[in-house]
This record gives sequence, C-alpha cells and structure tokens, in this order.
Amino acid sequence: MENLIALLVAAPLLGAAVLLCGGRRLDRAGHWLGTLLAAASFVIGVVLFLDMLGKGAEDRTLHQKLFSWIPVEGFQADVAFQLDQLSMTFVLLITGVGTLIHIYSIGYMAHDERRRRFFGYLNLFLAAMLILVIADNYLLLYVGWEGVGLASYLLIGFWQHKPSAATAAKKAFLVNRVGDMGLSIAIMLMFTTFGTFAFGPVLEATGQTSEGKLTAIGLMLLLAACGKSAQVPLQSWLGDAMEGPTPVSALIHAATMVTAGVYLIVRSGAIFNAAPDAQLVVVVVGAVTLLFGAIVGCAKDDIKKALAGSTMSQIGYMILAAGLGPIGYVFAIMHLVTHGFFKAGLFLGAGSVMHGMNDEVDMRKFGGLRKYMPVTFITFGLGYLAIIGFPGLSGFFSKDKIIEAAFAKGGTEGWILGAVTLLGAAITAFYMTRVMLLTFFGEKRWQPDAEGHEPHPHESPKSMTIPMIVLAFGSVFAGGFFSIGDRFLNWLEPVTGHSHGHAPVSATTVTAATMVVLVIGVAIAWAMYGRKPVPVVAPRGSLLTRAARRDLLQDDFNHVVLVRGGEHLTRSLVYVDHTLVDGVVNGTAASMGGLSGRLRKLQNGYARSYAVSMFGGTAVLIAATLLMRAV
Amino acid sequence: MSFPLLTATAALPAIGAVATAAVPAARRTAAKWLALIFSLATLVLAGIALARFEPGGARYQLTESHAWIKDFGVRYELGVDGIGVALMALTALLIPFVILAGWHDADPLETKSSRWRPTQGFFALILMVEAMVILSFEATDVFLFYILFEAMLIPMYFLIGGFGDRAHTGSDENAAAQRSYAAVKFLLYNLVGGLVMLAAVIGLYVVAGTFSLSEIAEARANGSLSMATGTERWLFLGFFFAFAVKAPLWPLHTWLPNAMGEATSPVAVLITAVVDKVGTFAMLRFCLQLFPEASKWATPVIIVLALISIVYGALLAVGQRDIKRLIAYASISHFGFIILGIFAMTSQGQSGATLYMVNHGISTAALMLVAGFLITRRGSRLIADYGGVQKVAPILAGTFLIGGLATLSLPGLAPFVSEFLVLVGAFSAYPAAGIIATTGIVLAALYVLVLYQRTMTGPVKAEVQGMADLKVRELVVVLPLIALLLFLGVYPKPLTEIVNPAVQHTMSDVQKKDPQPEVEAAK
Repeated sequence: MENLIALLVAAPLLGAAVLLCGGRRLDRAGHWLGTLLAAASFVIGVVLFLDMLGKGAEDRTLHQKLFSWIPVEGFQADVAFQLDQLSMTFVLLITGVGTLIHIYSIGYMAHDERRRRFFGYLNLFLAAMLILVIADNYLLLYVGWEGVGLASYLLIGFWQHKPSAATAAKKAFLVNRVGDMGLSIAIMLMFTTFGTFAFGPVLEATGQTSEGKLTAIGLMLLLAACGKSAQVPLQSWLGDAMEGPTPVSALIHAATMVTAGVYLIVRSGAIFNAAPDAQLVVVVVGAVTLLFGAIVGCAKDDIKKALAGSTMSQIGYMILAAGLGPIGYVFAIMHLVTHGFFKAGLFLGAGSVMHGMNDEVDMRKFGGLRKYMPVTFITFGLGYLAIIGFPGLSGFFSKDKIIEAAFAKGGTEGWILGAVTLLGAAITAFYMTRVMLLTFFGEKRWQPDAEGHEPHPHESPKSMTIPMIVLAFGSVFAGGFFSIGDRFLNWLEPVTGHSHGHAPVSATTVTAATMVVLVIGVAIAWAMYGRKPVPVVAPRGSLLTRAARRDLLQDDFNHVVLVRGGEHLTRSLVYVDHTLVDGVVNGTAASMGGLSGRLRKLQNGYARSYAVSMFGGTAVLIAATLLMRAV
Repeated sequence: MSFPLLTATAALPAIGAVATAAVPAARRTAAKWLALIFSLATLVLAGIALARFEPGGARYQLTESHAWIKDFGVRYELGVDGIGVALMALTALLIPFVILAGWHDADPLETKSSRWRPTQGFFALILMVEAMVILSFEATDVFLFYILFEAMLIPMYFLIGGFGDRAHTGSDENAAAQRSYAAVKFLLYNLVGGLVMLAAVIGLYVVAGTFSLSEIAEARANGSLSMATGTERWLFLGFFFAFAVKAPLWPLHTWLPNAMGEATSPVAVLITAVVDKVGTFAMLRFCLQLFPEASKWATPVIIVLALISIVYGALLAVGQRDIKRLIAYASISHFGFIILGIFAMTSQGQSGATLYMVNHGISTAALMLVAGFLITRRGSRLIADYGGVQKVAPILAGTFLIGGLATLSLPGLAPFVSEFLVLVGAFSAYPAAGIIATTGIVLAALYVLVLYQRTMTGPVKAEVQGMADLKVRELVVVLPLIALLLFLGVYPKPLTEIVNPAVQHTMSDVQKKDPQPEVEAAK
C-alpha cells in the first residue's frame, strides 16, 4: 500500500510535464488530461484513506523511501514520504478541492488561448502541495514549500501582459522568500542541534535540548508560516494575489496553499509544545491577523479582495488555535478543512458572478443578482452561512471550537484571546453579510462599460456550477459530520495529541455568546447596506475605513521603508562600486606599478606587448629559480 | 604505460585549436564544425575519465608524471581527485554549448575584407582556453599550474578585446574603446594577481625544494617539512590573492562586470562558468592543502569578505540596468557563496562549494546564453529596452525564467542543493555567517524576478514586436542545460559520490572535524 504514496505526486507531476512541454498539439485535450490526472490523484488518496481506516489508530502511519537525495558526510536528506492521519487529511482536501477546481476551470478558462498552460501550472501546484504535506523531513517539505510558491507565482502572473498581475506575482514570491529564510534557518538550527531534519528523529528528541534552541526554531518556523499563510507582518501579498484567475484564488489563495503555515506549525507541534515563548508569539500573530484581515475585509469593494481579507482573518483563527498547543491543534486543522470547503465555494461563486458580469469585481456595481444567478446565489449563500457560523453549518462547529479553545487557554490570556476571537466572529458576520447584500440583494446597480456594453448577468455553465454545488454540500455538512461523536478529534489525536485545557466558562455559554455577536454583526450590516440603497460610488468614509481600504497602510509602510530605502541603497552602492571600489583598487595598483598609466596606453590596443611581458614574467621566474639553485 | 588519458583530454582541444585556426579564410562554416567536433570529442574523453575515476580509490587518480625541467625539479605531473575530475567534466561539457551558442558571433561584418578571418580565431581561442583550463584542473605540480594559470589569460584577453558584443549603445568607436578597456582591465587585474603568486611560487620552492604538490603535502604531513608561521602566512597570501582576483572576491571583483558586459555572451560564460572556477578550485587545492595553518588563520577575514561578496554582489545586481552586468554581479554573489563554503571548513560546506562550482557553471550558462539570444535579437543590452517578450517568444521567455529560477536556487533545480549545503556548512561552523548569507536568497529572488518582469512581462514593446522565438540551434544549447539542472537538482548523488572523498581528504589536510550536533555532543 505504501508504494501508492509516490503515485499521489507522480500523477499531477506527469500532467504538468506533459502539458507544459507538449506544445500546441495538446491545446484541445490538455484541460481534460490535467483534470483526469488530478482526479487520479484523488482516487489514489481515497484508496489510501480507506486502507488507513481499516487499521488501528496507532499503526496508520505509512512510510515510503524513494532514494537518497543529498548524501554528504554527516548530512542526510532523503526523498521519502510519510503518510499519517494529518497528511491524509491534507491529501484528501488538496486533491478533492483541487479536482473540483480543475473541473470549474474548464468552463472558466474556456475562452483563454493559454488554457493548456493554465492546467499545466495547476497540476504543478498539486504535485508541489502534495510533496509539502507528505514529505517525511523538513528539507523535502521545503521543496514542496517553494514549489507551491513557484506555482503561485506563475498563476498570479498568469495574465502577464497586465503589469499589475506581473507585479503582484513578483511581490508574492518575494515576500514568501522572506518567510523561506525562516524555514532555511530553522532547518539549519535543527541540523546543528539534532544532526538531522527528519520529522521522526527531530520531534522525538525535543526533550534533549534547551528551551532557547526550541524557541529559536519555533520562531523561525513561524516566520516561514507568516510568509506562506499571509500572516502579519508578511501579509501584504495576499490581496494583490487576487490578480490571478479566480479558480487560482479559490484553490491556492484560499483553500490549500495559504494554509500550509498552519500545517507546518501543527506538524512541528512537539517543538512548540516545549517552547511556550514561541507559542505565545504564534498566538499573538494569529490574533492580530485575525482582526487585521477582518477589518480590511470590511472596507473592500472588490469582491475578491474582501474575500482575501476574510481568508487572512480565518487563517488567523487557525494560527491562533495552533499556537494554543494541544488544546487547539485538532481544531486548527478542522477549521482549515471546513474553511477549505466554504472559502473555495465562496471564491468560485465570486468567479461565477464575475463570469456573468463582464469580469466586474466592484460589488457596488452588482446588486440584486439573486434573480439572475439562482445556483450561484444559493451555493454562495450556503458558504456565507457557513463562514459566519450559522448554527448547524460547518463554520459553526469549527469556529466555535476555536473560540472555546481560546478561552480554555486559561488565565488572563484565555480571556483576552476569547474576547478577540468573539470580536472576530462579529466582524466576520458583518463583512460577509455586507458582501452578500451588496452582491445579491438590493437594486441592480450595474452600468454599461466604457464601450457601451451592458452586462447581461447569467448563470454559469454546468462545469462551473457543479463544483460549487459539491463545495456547498461540504460547507453545510462537513462540520457536523466531523463533530458528531468527536470523529475528527479521534482521527487526528494520535498524531497531534489533545488536551482540554481549563475552560473558565461552559461550552454552552461560549456558543450563546457567539450567537449574540453573530446577530449583532449581521444586524449592523443590514442597517448599513440592506435597509437603504447603496451608493455606486463609495463614500469617503471614516479614517479607519480609508486606512482599511489601503490595507491598513501596509503597502505605504513597505514602500517608504523597504522599496524606497532599498532603491537608495542599491543606487548608492552602484555609485560606490563604480567610483570608490574600482578607483581604490585601480589606484593601489597604479601606485604599486604605474599600472594606470600603462592601462591608458594599452587601451589603444597594444596587446601583443602584454603577451610578451607575460612570457617575460615566466622567463624571470625560470631565471630566478635557476639562480636560487646555483646559490 | 597506460594511455595518458588526462594529457589527451587537454591535448585534444589544443590540437583542435591549431586545426581550426588553420582552416582557410573562406571555409568559415567548416572551421565551426571542426571546433564543435573537437569539443565533443574532448567531452567524450572527459566522460571516460569520469567513468574511470573510482570515488573510493586513491586520492589522485589517472596520474601521469614526467620529468620536465630537471634542473629545478619541475615535473609534468598530472592527476585528478574528485573535485578536479568534476570540474574537468564541467569544462568539457560547457564548451560545446559555448561554441554552438556563439555560432554566428564571429561572422565577419560586411564591411570587413574577405582576408579577415576572425571566425577561425574565435573558435580556436575558445578551444585553447578549454585546453589550458582542463590541464590546470589536472596539474599536480605547482609550477605547471602557475604557467597555465597565467597563460590562459592570453586567449581570454583576445576573446574579450577582439570579439565584443555587437549589441551596444553609442558609436562603434566608443564601443571599441570600452571593449579594449574591459580586456585590459581583465588582463591587468589577473596579471597583478599572477605576479604576486609568482613570488609565492618561488618562495614555496625555496622553502620546500620541490614543486610537486604530493611531495610537499606528504612532507608537511609527516613533519619533515615545517614552515615558520610567518613564512606560511606570506606564501598563503600570495597564492590566495591571485585566486581571489580570479574568483573574484570583493573588493577585487570590478573587472568582472566590465569583462562580462563587453564580451559576447558565450565568452562571458567562458569567463564566469569556466575560467573563474580555476580560482576557487585552486583555493581548495593549493591554499588549504599547502598552507592549512595559514588558511585557518585567515579564515575570519575571508569569511567576512565572502559575506560582503554575497550581499554586495546581489545588491549591485539589483541596481543594474544592463542585463549582462546584472548576471555578472549575480555571479560575484555566487562566488561569495563558493568561497564561504570552502572556508567554513566543514564537510557540508566544502562538498557544497564544489557542487556549487559545477551547478553555477550550468545555471549561469543557461541564463547567460538565453540572455545572449535575447540581446542578439534586439541589439541592446539595456533592460529598459525590453518588455512583453513572453507574448511574442514564449519559449525564450520560459527558458529564461528557468535559468533565472536556477540562479535564485529554487529547490528542485541543481543550485539549491549546493547553496543549501554551503549555508548549512557555514551555519554549523559560524552561525552568524550562515544567517547573513541566507539574506542572499531573498536578494537573488529580487534581482531575478525584477529582471524577468521588466524584460518579459507587461505590454509588448514596439521594438520587441515580431521577435522570433528560439531556433533549433538555440534550443539544442538550452534544453540539455535545463535537463541537467533538473537532473542534478533531483538526483545529485552521482556528483556527491565523486566529490565527498576528495572533501574528506581536504578536511584531514586542514585537520578539521565537523562540529557535532548538540544532541550527539551531549551524549
């Protein structure tokens, strides 16, 4: 059975190779091949999953070693896979949602002449993401980690002729590279501490080193997670990444890749458990991002950017839960899976709306679309109810558990975190209701575009609506299915461990509080956007609104500090290199042998004399050596 | 006596050079094919040498030894260890691509008379450089090495000064002046380095009484040859200075951007991917082996210079407006990594540095040659003159991106393996150095992706419109290099197996052991 693991990766990798090298001949069948291979990977995942279910909880982990990758004295890196319950969860999410989004893209990208290449990149992404979650050591994980970064770069910049897309792609890769520095340093620290960076030996040996070392490793892993998962302070790339085609936003920048940071922290649980200081920083990052993303989500009029803010915020929840340690690991992953369903569904819905509205993204130019796109409306609506935590739907179960876990952290910390998660839930209810109202309710507000084309909103083709319907099912039922009888907890506990913490308030109280803030959030949104007509041009807004529209000034900060500072630095260095370094070295040489004078003379091209002088030098050498012998 | 394989590998391109130069002026194409065939035959011989080399065997293999200048003990002594044989194979591998990529670079301009025969000269000089570089990787006699180290400057000088990049701004006279400035600067820098080394070579002979690397190393190991600390340090500095100019190490680097910018792209590849490797190779072979104590003494300063090279080279690459100069500064940053790996004096650092030399050769060749194809099409080296190329020439843009991704050490491509090994090796000996060097991975992403964005993406510029995609000859150059980058990125084991034993020898030369992991050390 373990020999199947490599096939998980091999199928989409083959697809990527064939589609990207195949040339135009494959244009007509390429998208089918890509989709088929994604589905093949999903089927293999299901087979492995069923096999895993048939075994006892303790011997479900499978290993497969392919070959020794970098054998160097004292250094061992293998291409080897490990499939346990945690990896399995991701495999099913990635290949399942991945396959649906391949199907959706067949319709969404139907009119793009480079559709084959798009599917090649999607396959490449799947392969890299699978390597990331089934690698059995941190260095191979790094391969997947940068591989998804590459796929993300290629897909954000898929419409490269648009300067904004090319810039966004570069920005995403660069910001992620800062995070990758963290992963590199973490791996180097593991190597000098443990002599290895394979999961098993490292995570078992955490007791043999100091807390300081583990804190350093933990913080470096967190830096990596911040880059990949768009957490403060490395969050700035995600909003711009919406330049990519919408299926990409759904798969990579909502459901899977951006959650890799959560995977990294949960996978490295043993390190964080022994490094409370690092855990505290994780929790703070999660809490800050949770509010940051939610506030940004409230102010955006671009439907995809509003959803991107929401993604940041929801991943903030997951990171926060992961920072809670064994109290939160299981729930971080559970929210990750349910979020994968409803956020992918919401993005696909947004794509469907754009598809029907001439690629318009400004929600102020939507309105009343429920009549024109009933399937999109219902599936998007179910995703909406799931994300705000409407009782009985997926988000209700998974988010509620995180809020409970935050309180269960105990002490003042627990109260603060609990309050933040509750506040986040209120804001989530507000901004998602706003999206819903602006898009599907109220009067129609669309206008003819510059060329006078009036949009004719229409429902999308079946290839697009069916994936949306499937994801809506997940948004509705997954949470309940996972929670009944603690199914998800029992499944993951052998890998991540679990503890209940010390809840200061009962679960029922937490749920009740969540319901209250939910109603408040929805009510405020209704009062602002449902009760009265929405202006097509956004009002000026308060200071906070204006800052939130500019992503709370993240780019202004980066521009002033990093971009401009960097430009000055490189420009002055170019000057220094040209005048100072060159000048000093030339000058030293000149003072030593009058070389600059000769240099000027030789610019006229008396090269032969140089050849002669060189051989002259050799002759001097021989003479000198002979002389030495004689003496 | 067995077949002198090493001599043959170096002699074949030398014979090829003479044969190519002798082809009549009118038969230019025949000369090109002749050069290509000789370079391919050399590759076959290098391949045989690689296959015959036993990783677990003696330190120096395929040895040859003949008396040469008896009076003062100079011998024609050859032998390769894993590092030498790997770099020899790299050289033999790259030359056919260099020749093929430069196929039209030396075609006569219409204004020149038909008696002018630069084409033959161009390819003959390339083969001449190949012969000398290969022999320098094989030489185990210090004097023989020195002669080659200096002599290879002559053909390089003519390649840079005589066959400049035809894409230039400004007048022809101005371009010719810049070109000859670059060539002379290259020559002077390296000559000064060579002269200092010459003094050290003589000094070494005075102290040791022989030029034979193996004899000196043996005498040093068994204690029959001891050097005063001061003597060893002066000799070390003499050798190191020459190698640091060639490598090049900050602040001795400024000749490289001029040379690489003005030379044709294939010659730029010859400089950075082949000739400069002699410098870093010689640091491993001569500095560490002959002067282990002085090497350790100088390590802190050299590590700092290497770190400056890494960061400074990358920052300057970011600030360049000329594509080829950008790649040159990127190379300076990469040479910083190689030198860092060598002087970290850990197994991972030195194996990584050796792999880095090979991988940097391949990745820079890929990036620089595609850049050359691009520049030839548009007739400009300025980044600002391009835009939207991916729309009109997607294969060119795609291969350029892959070359760029290799340059920024993307995992899955060969340079990642070597760069990570260097980082780990440096980190385990000097954690702060490892962390500073890690900033190089962010800066590399910056200069590569900015270059790609400005040249390849965005709206198609009018001058770029109608640009042809890669032709068959160009694909034959680029695709094997890319395949090799992928192969060595996924499965570097064949290379590490050859390199590892040589690195262990060097480690025992300098009497260094790898730092123990904390958990092991505690036991």
